[in-house]
Amino acid sequence: MDKIEKIDERGVWEKIADQLRSRSMWMLHYCTGCGAVELPPSMTSRFDMERLGMGPMATPRQADLFLVTGYLSTKTLRRVIYTYEKMADPKYVIGFGSCTINGGIYYDSYSTINRLDQYLPVDLYIAGCMPRPEAILNAFTKLMDMIRKGEADGWKRYNENYEWYKQNQLRSLGEVVVYDEFHE
Amino acid sequence: MTVLKVAGIFLTAFFFGLTFEGIGRKITARVQRRYGPRWYQNFIDLFKTLSKHGYTHGWIFDFGVIMALGGIIASLGFVPVGGIVAFPGMDNFFVIVYLFTIGSLGMAMGMVGTGNPWASIGVARALTLMLGYEVPYMISIGSMLYFYRTSSISAIMSAQGGDWNLFKFPIGALVALISLQGMLGKEPFEAPIAPAEIASGPMVELSAKYMGLLMLMNTFMEFAEISLFVDLFLGGGTYFVFLLKYLVVWVLVVLISSVLPRFRIEQAVYFYWTVPIILAFVQVFMTVNGFVF
Ligand code: SF4
Repeated sequence: MDKIEKIDERGVWEKIADQLRSRSMWMLHYCTGCGAVELPPSMTSRFDMERLGMGPMATPRQADLFLVTGYLSTKTLRRVIYTYEKMADPKYVIGFGSCTINGGIYYDSYSTINRLDQYLPVDLYIAGCMPRPEAILNAFTKLMDMIRKGEADGWKRYNENYEWYKQNQLRSLGEVVVYDEFHE
Repeated sequence: MTVLKVAGIFLTAFFFGLTFEGIGRKITARVQRRYGPRWYQNFIDLFKTLSKHGYTHGWIFDFGVIMALGGIIASLGFVPVGGIVAFPGMDNFFVIVYLFTIGSLGMAMGMVGTGNPWASIGVARALTLMLGYEVPYMISIGSMLYFYRTSSISAIMSAQGGDWNLFKFPIGALVALISLQGMLGKEPFEAPIAPAEIASGPMVELSAKYMGLLMLMNTFMEFAEISLFVDLFLGGGTYFVFLLKYLVVWVLVVLISSVLPRFRIEQAVYFYWTVPIILAFVQVFMTVNGFVF
């Protein structure tokens, strides 16, 4: 397939903002699978991701980058979707490991989903089972490049194709009941 | 002229506050044997948060955030910063402390307005901690105000001359430094914002520009509190001397915080109401009986 040239339709302000966003990514690591164990080494003194301006954040509201670190059972998928929708635009998603790409070793499991990008717009995948911190940092620098060039537009795709994503999500989850336990 | 001075204070607080925070992050990183972010990382963080599209949680929330920032900005305007006194004759210690509460209450109101239980816990902890550090701080500063028979900060600054209050009231300065650690919310008194425990407490529902405004408020608050310490105990000084003293205090605070774990909230209050409060009373006793060096 030919690669379609994308037209960069960002204004000057958006370009400046994207420069800032790429240099200060706050991440939310949703530790679903094995992948979470590779994050502490990439945060602490051996690989030190803070030098790239990145850091862990406690809540989805504050975060820019959503790390889905491994396999997702349908039960966690629901939480992942809630979490993703709570994040403020622009937001980016990285899928960790083969489990998010094609199901990995859980490809025939009855309770996990196989392809993450049918449910959420993934900007970047890291292949491997499990990717080493070098690969993770490599992915982060790649994502920064993509943000600067305006290619990391998953959040726009999600807004434009919301119906399609919603359909897929409902098919896997069955009925979605939003139960708001704090305001009752 | 007043407008220029106020603008000068705000620009100083904005530029040097954020820069010193960046330096603080770098120092923490070096202590942990990391490389650390760039010194201007906090500017990038701030402007990035302002560039995002956030969510509001009702008008109480909006109003609380504005009130928090406004209250802190108002109190910062009264703090003498490096020879710049915006309102001469009105830089009273009690005015500043009084205005500080507006900021804290604004934050409490706005954050509780989000309806998130973590935020309520965080705010409750912040106010409890405040009860802890304010008492010894007020007692120790009170003895100093008693000694000078004035509560004007410029008057205390000029009365020190070259002879800093740090040496005149060594125990009071120690108490103020311990309280400062709690005011800045640095470890070991970090319980209100404990990110891994209560998901950053009051900030839990803050997105985008609200986060940015609260970060700015935090910077201004830190700047005002440390400036107050430098004015009262280290004799203020001209602009650059002041900034140098500020940097020394800030580095000390950061170094202490980078090697300590976190107190639970009742441990923190228990600590404040035993050790520093006894020291503060010793200071009062010495001041009243004329043991001032
Ligand atoms: S890709 Fe491998 S390491 Fe990652 S979650 Fe799946 S099984 Fe675990």
